[in-house]
Amino acid sequence: MSDAVEAPPADVQAAELPRARTDWLPLALVPALALLALPLVGDVSAWVTLTLAGLAMGMMIFLMASGLTLVFGLMDIINFGHGVFISLGAYATLIVLGPLAGWASAESVWLNLALLLLCIAVAMGLTAAVGAVFERVIVRPVYGSHLKQILVTMGGLIVAEQAIHAIWGASPIPIPLPETLRGAFVFGEVVMERYRVFAVGVGLLVFVAMQLLLNRTRIGLLIRAGVENPEMVEALGYRIRRLFVSVFVAGSALAGLGGVMWAFYRQTLTAGMGMEVMVLVFIVIIVGGLGSVGGCFVGSILVALVANYVGFLAPKLALVSNILVMALVLIWRPQGLFPVARR
Amino acid sequence: MTSSPAPTAALDGPRRPRGPLAWLLSFDTPRSWVLSVILLGIVLCLGAAPFLFSGSQPLSTAAKICVFILLVASYDLLLGYTGIVSFAHTMFFGIGGYGIAIALERLGPSWGSAAIGLALGLALSAVLAAAIGLLSLRVRAIFFSMITLAVASAVAVLASQMSGITGGEDGLSFQLPAELRPAFRPFAEPVLGVSVNGRILAYYLILAVTVLGFLLLLRVVNSPFGRVLQAIRENEFRAEALGYRVVAYRTAASVISALAATVAGALMALWLRYNGPDTTLSFSIMIDILLMVVIGGMGTLYGAVLGATLFVLAQSYLQVLMGAGSAALAGLPLLPDLVHPDRWLLWLGILFIVSVYAFPGGIVGHLRKDHHP
Repeated sequence: MSDAVEAPPADVQAAELPRARTDWLPLALVPALALLALPLVGDVSAWVTLTLAGLAMGMMIFLMASGLTLVFGLMDIINFGHGVFISLGAYATLIVLGPLAGWASAESVWLNLALLLLCIAVAMGLTAAVGAVFERVIVRPVYGSHLKQILVTMGGLIVAEQAIHAIWGASPIPIPLPETLRGAFVFGEVVMERYRVFAVGVGLLVFVAMQLLLNRTRIGLLIRAGVENPEMVEALGYRIRRLFVSVFVAGSALAGLGGVMWAFYRQTLTAGMGMEVMVLVFIVIIVGGLGSVGGCFVGSILVALVANYVGFLAPKLALVSNILVMALVLIWRPQGLFPVARR
Repeated sequence: MTSSPAPTAALDGPRRPRGPLAWLLSFDTPRSWVLSVILLGIVLCLGAAPFLFSGSQPLSTAAKICVFILLVASYDLLLGYTGIVSFAHTMFFGIGGYGIAIALERLGPSWGSAAIGLALGLALSAVLAAAIGLLSLRVRAIFFSMITLAVASAVAVLASQMSGITGGEDGLSFQLPAELRPAFRPFAEPVLGVSVNGRILAYYLILAVTVLGFLLLLRVVNSPFGRVLQAIRENEFRAEALGYRVVAYRTAASVISALAATVAGALMALWLRYNGPDTTLSFSIMIDILLMVVIGGMGTLYGAVLGATLFVLAQSYLQVLMGAGSAALAGLPLLPDLVHPDRWLLWLGILFIVSVYAFPGGIVGHLRKDHHP
């Protein structure tokens, strides 16, 4: 582990310290990419549709990935079983949809939204609880050894996926999208699917909330300090263990939220769905820089936008485009867009 | 690094085993009589499988065990001996399978086309393994795992998209050379009560290649090269400081392991007379490999033999047992679902987690520890 600290932490709050320069280059990458795609797509309305679809997908990937990258940044734990929380969050919607199926088909906007919020609350509660158990049983004994972490969290993934099969059955389950979120807004030629607009809203909300929490609160300060130097935070008398566990639980809950959003987006549930998106999640985390929340956000949008544009221009390449993005970014910045200084 | 996956093979100490058998095993003998008995049993059963069991299902199970022994042993070279967690191993397995499948389908069912397919597969695997190795073995272990996962999934997608070459999701069925077909009868009379046909010859071909490949891998891990790999696993910086070029050694290990996996893939395709995404490329096979290595014992090639045998047997026969258990528990809540025949992986998953914690050396490491304190 290198102990050379190249730059001061991203935003030091004390006035007398010089502020770290914001790294604008990766941020400019997203609008640049969108503008570059405009002449290639050729059609403005199609471009708007594609961009919105990309943003919505990016937001959902961000929801699923942010918890994982935060946990890695703080605890140096890589959780290959993170996908389980995504699947679990998705399946948790069934708990709500079972008794309240009527709310989904109701015409009332409020009933629909209440149903969605209830789904999200139940999913986040369930994944948070399972996350706490997962941390205690699976992850805690293997702090410090990446090899064992990868193996044992993979084992947790297998067991949890099988448990989902045992509880909810192995066949795919269709779930209905609430009535008011179906269909699309149409402005002239531009078609915007309602659910995608909703997903962008939720993603932005969570991102802003996370940024505020991390940058403006005491807990956020401790978390950021913990990411930079856990031993120092502990030496200052804070119980870093409790912080670790709460971040792990919060990360699981975020994955659960992402799972709900993803489930309604796909409208079918399979136990393997978490593992399927994990590939995307890993790519996003690598692109953003392991442990960086901002990088994860930019990376998610970048990967999703590229996937959507390429999907339109050259459909066969769409699924491989992620790998291309990852390769290009790694050639440019081997540690990801926003490398975390400590590592 | 705190703990090694397993006590490594005896360095040339006072009790170095002698004899031609020990030479064949690269002086890395089982070193536990229980393990020796189990291994001997497995080898005898595999060797006599066509004569011991009748019907095609046991023979298929035995062939699958052979293929997975080679595949898992090659993965152990990476995971157990070098400490690299790669998720791209099925990619090489798939390349071997597709190499054989495409060549035999396009060039006709002859030994020549099989050789061409295998050679091209090996070449492609070597190039890919070296490229991935050089690119990403420089980065940290976690990055490498994630990158290989992404690359493997991209290759799986490519294989199912390029349906013109690979047959897409349907895969490729093909004819084998005449000597390996069921209709081929080398002997007029039954041998030991079994009429030998091309299918049995194919089985023995697979068994022979597996034994050869396994012994070669055993030689690799017990060579000075293998010792350097273990040194890198234990402490990368120290190995670097000693003057070993870590990236070069790791890349070489990746390439050797990829080549062995390619051969295993070719054997799999030969046995099934078919290759498709689900038989060699899917991520679930990667998980199976991981389970076999860890349960059998990381860093002990013999673990591959035990792990693969146990796993394939469980896959084929545990379900029957669990079906009975599930029926016995019918009426109780959730329990019948947990012992449902389709949930056999749940129990192996739990065994896997317990292995990582309690028996880091897997079954083999545990047996060796008990008998040679």
